[in-house]
Amino acid sequence: MCIAIPGKVISLENNKAKVDFSGNTVTVNTGLVDPRPGQYVLVHAGCAIEVMEKEKAEELLEIFADLEDFR
Amino acid sequence: METATVIENLKNYDGPELKLMEVCGTHTASIFKSGIRSMISPAIKLISGPGCPVCVTPAAYIDKCAEYAMKKGHILLTFGDMMKVPGTDGSLSDLKGSGASAELMYSPFEAVERAAAHPETMFVVAAVGFETTAPAYALAIEDAKKRGIKNLKFITALKTIFPALSWICENQPDIDGFICPGHVSVIIGIRPYERLAAKYKKPFVIAGFEAEHILAVIYDIVNQIKKGEARAKNLYENAVREQGNIKALDIIKKYFEEGPAMWRGLGTIERSGLYLKKDSPFDAGSRGLDADIKLPGECRCGDVIVGRINPDECPMFAKGCRPDAPYGPCMVSGEGACGIWYRNRKL
Repeated sequence: MCIAIPGKVISLENNKAKVDFSGNTVTVNTGLVDPRPGQYVLVHAGCAIEVMEKEKAEELLEIFADLEDFR
Repeated sequence: METATVIENLKNYDGPELKLMEVCGTHTASIFKSGIRSMISPAIKLISGPGCPVCVTPAAYIDKCAEYAMKKGHILLTFGDMMKVPGTDGSLSDLKGSGASAELMYSPFEAVERAAAHPETMFVVAAVGFETTAPAYALAIEDAKKRGIKNLKFITALKTIFPALSWICENQPDIDGFICPGHVSVIIGIRPYERLAAKYKKPFVIAGFEAEHILAVIYDIVNQIKKGEARAKNLYENAVREQGNIKALDIIKKYFEEGPAMWRGLGTIERSGLYLKKDSPFDAGSRGLDADIKLPGECRCGDVIVGRINPDECPMFAKGCRPDAPYGPCMVSGEGACGIWYRNRKL
């Protein structure tokens, strides 16, 4: 139910954005965020809930780099 | 650290048995899809928690939705998972055969547009969800209010995760650490988990939804326990800000207020529900919908929701209770623990 999917912002107009999800363009509400075109937003129930600042691969690399050694 | 090293360490873990709860149904699904259980030591048990809002919704709520769907001039709009949840007289999907107007929606904004286009019909939104979804309903209500739309109402079953986690810590003290829900955390941030970690002396770590995210979080929790630490951490920094999404929290506060809510399997938890403010013209009568249908004696739905047993330990699992003939919502919902275990069971 709380599933949210990242999509790329193509354009913005009046609290709405056209967002690209792997080739499908969908209009989403941006009342909770302030994204710029080209950024990725996390979309849930037709609503962008956050702006994602990094590519997924980059994010995962950083998470693993920060893990401390097992004792 | 390399992913392979993390997996190797988790596979070779030989300490005392640990029970980690993944609170969110989307995490449960991801854990099965990626085969994470087979990558870690059997001494690290992953327990599914109450994090599917559909699964914890009592039958009285479904009955209220059905009442609107059967009412002349009304259309009930709902997300897909709710359609097959059994109420007293069957599910919304069953009732469509008897003339119920229950239709799927993809977002609450769609409901606003439909109401604007068809002022002769009353649209009632079945607004189920946690903090992730509550701000979307609030934004839709704000839009409807601005546009003067009168033929749109919401019947809410909105819940918040902090009181439920507190309940689990009080009542299920054998859980050693929590894999915290990524998308709820986008809204609420890390602070609620800091309070829980300090009070109950257990690790609470926020996870994203890729297999790597979840593995990293399991590793971090196990490592914290080995070191005797109990911290709240955010390992989904790309989406979760420390303070959460302030605009979302503000709009939730603007339109909703806290109240007691009934969780199937857990009972009524004070301040765990979000209700439209008492004077809201958009409320379709959401308070007090607490009664549940009497489940068959062998149904262990309540024990599954709080992680006391795994779904396949229920005597009805895959026998009397299947996704096509379910007793409880845990078997119906795409993110219910029983349904996920059923779809991934070994034949």
